[in-house]
Amino acid sequence: MRKLLLASCFGAAALFTAGYAAANDELAKMAADGKQWVMPAGDFANTRYSQLKQINAENVHKIAPAWTFSTGVLRGHEGAPLVIGDVMYLQAPFPNTVFALDLNNDGKILWKYEPKQDPNVIPVMCCDTVNRGLSFADGKIFLHQADTTLVALDAKTGAVVWSVKDGDPSKGETGTDAPHVFKDKVYIGVSGGEFGVRGWMSAYNIKDGKLAWRAYSEGPDSDLLVDPEKTTALGKPIGKDSSLKTWQGDQWKIGGGDTWGWYSYDPELNLIYYGSGNPSTWNPSQRPGDNKWSMTIWARDADTGMAKWVYQMTPHDEWDYDGVNEMILTDQKIDGKDRKLLTHFDRNGFGYTLDRTDGELLVAQKFDPKVNWATGINMDKASADYGKPIRVAAMSTEKEDVNHKGICPAALGSKDEQPAAYSPETELFYVPTNHVCMDYEPFKVSYTAGQPFVGATLSMYPPAGDSNMGNFIAWDGKTGKIVWSDPEQFSVWSGALATAGGVVFYGTLEGYLKAVDAKTGKELYKFKTPSGIIGNVMTYEHGGRQYVAILSGVGGWAGIGLAAGLTKPTEGLGAVGGYAALSNYTALGGTLTVFALPSD
Amino acid sequence: MTNSKLMLALGFALALATPLVARADPPGDPAPVKQDEQGMWVDKNGDPTYKLEADGTVDWNTFSGFRRYNAACIVCHGPDGAGSSYAPALANSLKTMNYAEFFGTVVGGRKDLMNGNDLVMPAFGDNKNVMCYLNDIYVYLRARSTGVVGRGRPDKHAPKSPAFAAAEDKCMGPG
Repeated sequence: MRKLLLASCFGAAALFTAGYAAANDELAKMAADGKQWVMPAGDFANTRYSQLKQINAENVHKIAPAWTFSTGVLRGHEGAPLVIGDVMYLQAPFPNTVFALDLNNDGKILWKYEPKQDPNVIPVMCCDTVNRGLSFADGKIFLHQADTTLVALDAKTGAVVWSVKDGDPSKGETGTDAPHVFKDKVYIGVSGGEFGVRGWMSAYNIKDGKLAWRAYSEGPDSDLLVDPEKTTALGKPIGKDSSLKTWQGDQWKIGGGDTWGWYSYDPELNLIYYGSGNPSTWNPSQRPGDNKWSMTIWARDADTGMAKWVYQMTPHDEWDYDGVNEMILTDQKIDGKDRKLLTHFDRNGFGYTLDRTDGELLVAQKFDPKVNWATGINMDKASADYGKPIRVAAMSTEKEDVNHKGICPAALGSKDEQPAAYSPETELFYVPTNHVCMDYEPFKVSYTAGQPFVGATLSMYPPAGDSNMGNFIAWDGKTGKIVWSDPEQFSVWSGALATAGGVVFYGTLEGYLKAVDAKTGKELYKFKTPSGIIGNVMTYEHGGRQYVAILSGVGGWAGIGLAAGLTKPTEGLGAVGGYAALSNYTALGGTLTVFALPSD
Repeated sequence: MTNSKLMLALGFALALATPLVARADPPGDPAPVKQDEQGMWVDKNGDPTYKLEADGTVDWNTFSGFRRYNAACIVCHGPDGAGSSYAPALANSLKTMNYAEFFGTVVGGRKDLMNGNDLVMPAFGDNKNVMCYLNDIYVYLRARSTGVVGRGRPDKHAPKSPAFAAAEDKCMGPG
């Protein structure tokens, strides 16, 4: 309660003058009472949980759109707006327009920023021209543009304070992730796993845009920012040349391991957490070895970038199971003992719970029962294969020019970037998932800088006997069990929001915003927005009223795979609904819809 | 495709680089009339085409085109040439786009810049994964455009000919 009062004392005017060194404390205070939404996930721990409870399980059925806003862009709209004081900040896909909207004046546009970017960046973005959001600190709004430019805008005027180019789009390096602010730095990663881009994480000083450190996912130890003796994997030092040893020749230079997900931060441990993506190419026989450190959970010192611990989930990937999904930080009891936990729902279909202080693996279970490429994760600490997936030989795609059938999940994973939420009240994670399998046929591919580097053909379809291509589930991270599961016709490609009102929100690809009971999953409300939803739900309070906001605007990978419907692998499965085309339900267009209870 | 044919086609496409604004003639009758030295079927105009056997077996080039399409083109144009939320359905485009126009577009790229819905196709001219298989991709999409090949992976296909394999290795190069 004291914390809440303290936070509400900080007016918007005071925030703009706050010193950069204190950005961390400032943001934590601003986020504490839930009235503002000051960072992409609402908090450093990536929980997407809000204290607000004016809208609750009893009255949520009464909410209705209060106002809407069109971004004027037709491509896929991921991410969510920020709310700082009386202003909402909203970003669009390429050309990455940023709007500042006046919440005191029906969303009037206070300023608009539209960068000039070379349109040649458009086709090197693998899966639509998405952008996952903005960050705020020290009176600045941070945008990571498609062309990898990181720009700091004056939050009051939209004027460019500083701007820095982080990568080279002519080599397929692009920006899609939301920048994240922790302490006095702003962090960005890179996209381009389908273009052979070797992934990295960059940390820039908030104050002047100077590069503080950059750490690669693959390559020599000096590039990785690791200490062979002190950086650990499952409790043991990783040793010298831990990445180089797992690649053939120079392949690590075009090895992928990109970093386009969501990052989290533990202020006490001073560690940041994120995942690295798939190794390039999709043809596994062309890149023998474990391909470290693709597919890895990273814990790094926020100041120096030095890695504290790593955990590779899918050594030598054969299915495009990127490890970029968010790391959600919680403090919970396991076996009566307080633990500082990290929970991660991987593309590979396993939900992992680790001790985030040292990377000890505590739980690893399937969060979709249809996952079949591995039977489980080896939890025997005495085994040489400890922590590794127990693979099913029949699901390997190692053989070139062979069509490997019936692999679950498909390349888009049991869950992609769409972030999950966590409620400390129910101690449950709310996870948007994909329920799709695939056939996978790899073949020889040649590398050209800035050109697709894929090397496999895929067919995707729902699991045999099922017609739903998605589920929205509640997950107990302490035991690794599904508590409830709501089937959805299409993949759930929207980020979830959990609230103190006992309500969980998410969006669907047909365009519904849905509210469900946090305890039971029972649907309490739905409203069809103008387009399919791949954005993340957020909430804020303004003028004593709680609002829930969601970006709609179908696209992204979902817009590739599902726009035309999935293909039928075999006749007679009878799951007609499941193969239906998304284009039968929704069309393009970016719109923000903001909901509230009736004002009377 | 043979290397000489590739070079020939490249030269052809470069010559075509700008005058692609006007709509060319549609692709014409896809009926196969003969096979070239690597087993690829051509129509009466000499353009690459598909051949479907009575039992549903497709020629090797069509199958090869299916595979390569799914690596290089699917990320924008969607599965089976069916389109995505941001690139056209090629199974439809090839009803009116002829071989020369297709070739020029793939080699040189294409831009339709429109407020908020910029469509940009890159130039694939230096991408071996596309250029070594460009005729195959054309043949596959031509078969999709006439409906002769349905969605998904063709069930049965003719084997890869030794001549095709040799030309493929030469075109793709080592590693």
